[in-house]
Amino acid sequence: MSDVLSLIIAKYNYWLYVILMMIGLYGMIAKNNLIKKVVGMNIFQTAIILFYVSIGYKTNAGIPIITTADTAHGVVVKAADYINPLTSCLMLTAIVVSVATFGYAMALAVRIYQRYQTLEEDELRMRLSEE
Amino acid sequence: MENYPALIVVAPFVTGLLAGLFVWIEKRLSYPIVLAGLFISSFSAVQVLIRVMESGPIQYKMGGWSPPIGIEYRIDLLNAMVLCLVSGIAFLNLIASYRSAEKEIGDRVSSYYTVYNLFLTGLLGVTITGDLFNLYVLIEITSLTSYAQVAMGDRDRGPLASLNYIFIGVIGASFYLLGVGYLYMYTGSLNMADVAVLIKGSQGSSTVLVAFILCILGIWIKMALFPFHVWLPNAYTYSPVIFARVVAPLMTKVMVYIMLRLMITVFGYDYIFNTLNLSDAVVWLATIAVLAGGVMALAQKNLKKMLTYIIVSEIGYMVGGAWMGNQLGMTGAILHILNDALMTFALFLAVGNMVYRIDRVDITDLKGLFGKMPWTMAGFVLAAFSIVGVPPTCGFFSKWYLILGAMEKGAYHFAAALIISSLICAVLFFKVFEICFFESGSHGHDHSSHGPVAIEEAPVSMLIISGLVSLSLIVAGFYSGAIVNTIILPFLK
Repeated sequence: MSDVLSLIIAKYNYWLYVILMMIGLYGMIAKNNLIKKVVGMNIFQTAIILFYVSIGYKTNAGIPIITTADTAHGVVVKAADYINPLTSCLMLTAIVVSVATFGYAMALAVRIYQRYQTLEEDELRMRLSEE
Repeated sequence: MENYPALIVVAPFVTGLLAGLFVWIEKRLSYPIVLAGLFISSFSAVQVLIRVMESGPIQYKMGGWSPPIGIEYRIDLLNAMVLCLVSGIAFLNLIASYRSAEKEIGDRVSSYYTVYNLFLTGLLGVTITGDLFNLYVLIEITSLTSYAQVAMGDRDRGPLASLNYIFIGVIGASFYLLGVGYLYMYTGSLNMADVAVLIKGSQGSSTVLVAFILCILGIWIKMALFPFHVWLPNAYTYSPVIFARVVAPLMTKVMVYIMLRLMITVFGYDYIFNTLNLSDAVVWLATIAVLAGGVMALAQKNLKKMLTYIIVSEIGYMVGGAWMGNQLGMTGAILHILNDALMTFALFLAVGNMVYRIDRVDITDLKGLFGKMPWTMAGFVLAAFSIVGVPPTCGFFSKWYLILGAMEKGAYHFAAALIISSLICAVLFFKVFEICFFESGSHGHDHSSHGPVAIEEAPVSMLIISGLVSLSLIVAGFYSGAIVNTIILPFLK
């Protein structure tokens, strides 16, 4: 039992992202309201951003800015002292993508509401089969 | 010129943005600017193909940064071929769909061209890039612009179809991104060739296994392989004609290309077919996809929707061929990327011409169309023959390679599915022909509310492109041996 517990604690960042991702997926699949689905989608994307940022982390490491300018005079820059900046940089792009998708999905929801006066999926399906 | 690879992607991007600016300055200029951009792009693609055929793969360092730190464009025979296909079809479609876009989209059409070109920037970038994360970004550019274009079509159903497309599309792209994350964790690199070298010795690593599953699953969702296909028919049916004509032939084929690239370049045959031994399971999945696509197509009353289910079935062909694990199957899959793009394009050109004249294309609306739109229907018949697989059209040859591949592996169920699917397509198209040919138009005098509707042939600009593409199906059929010998076999060596 304690083995399982220590496994969970040692890799808690992965557990966290998987749980968040499942919450998002649940929202997208099980919820009836379109806005709730869109929010679920956003949680899903955020979980992946969290995953990426967490894999760049190192214990006892600082932000990746080299303050000592004169590396020529024997100051050695050790990679272990700095967290990996690349994963965070990649996620800047992913954040832009998720914001754009979120905004566009919301705009579509507005259009659907204007046309059908509802955002509930079962009502929409009923309206569509009537026409 | 050294910079042709960059031009392929940059030309549609810059001209797309320029066209967006010209909406405020001089609306009429948007169209020629976009057209010029796509022309430069397809010209460069042909130049690159010639160069690759002469002197082997090209590596282009974006911005002078050398890989694995910088982003690299790597072009070999496979993606040079796909690049020519994508840029060529996009260019021809823009000419063919000029009138129909004006009719369907109305006064917003000049700003629409910006989205159109950004969509193609994404597709071309996906095809040319040699960097895993860059691939993700470009997939998202492609997806976002296609969501927008789907919603521009049918006023009632378009937005809802687009929203469902977003949900599934986001799940697919996110799975791929997650897979790339695991690969990065394991190798610390994002360059495809570099990653391939670094994971070579690690057959048993569960990180690589998770990365592989997530990447392939994400791409399958994006390409609408059978259980993940639900978004495709509605999204393609309710989008405007100009977009349906370019997305139906290209989007799924480019996704198949990404799958091949991941299989061949990144993970490698040995890992997939010897270590994981997944071939049998996936070929079964593809068999089900081929049959399910065909059966669902039989149930459709709308011509456009019927064709989208045929696309679902065709995806099964390519996935099955690629996962056969032998050279014949892979040859068939690659040849089918080319052939299927051409014949789907020809079909949608013909259907677009019908939509231009009669608006609704329920199969019962097509009565007597052979008499009224003979040239459109000629193109439609050729394309339909190619989908069914009648020689000498090109559809026959790729299907032939796929069946040979299945026989060599002993996957008789896949071969049988291909033949049954051909029969289903034959039934489908002959049902359409029968209605178009034998039953005369019902728009008679007794429907006084309609008034006598005189359907006439589509405009010449649409007909010429439609005819050219339909003829290219026969040409591609005659030269398929040459294509296999000069492009596909040297690539697979």
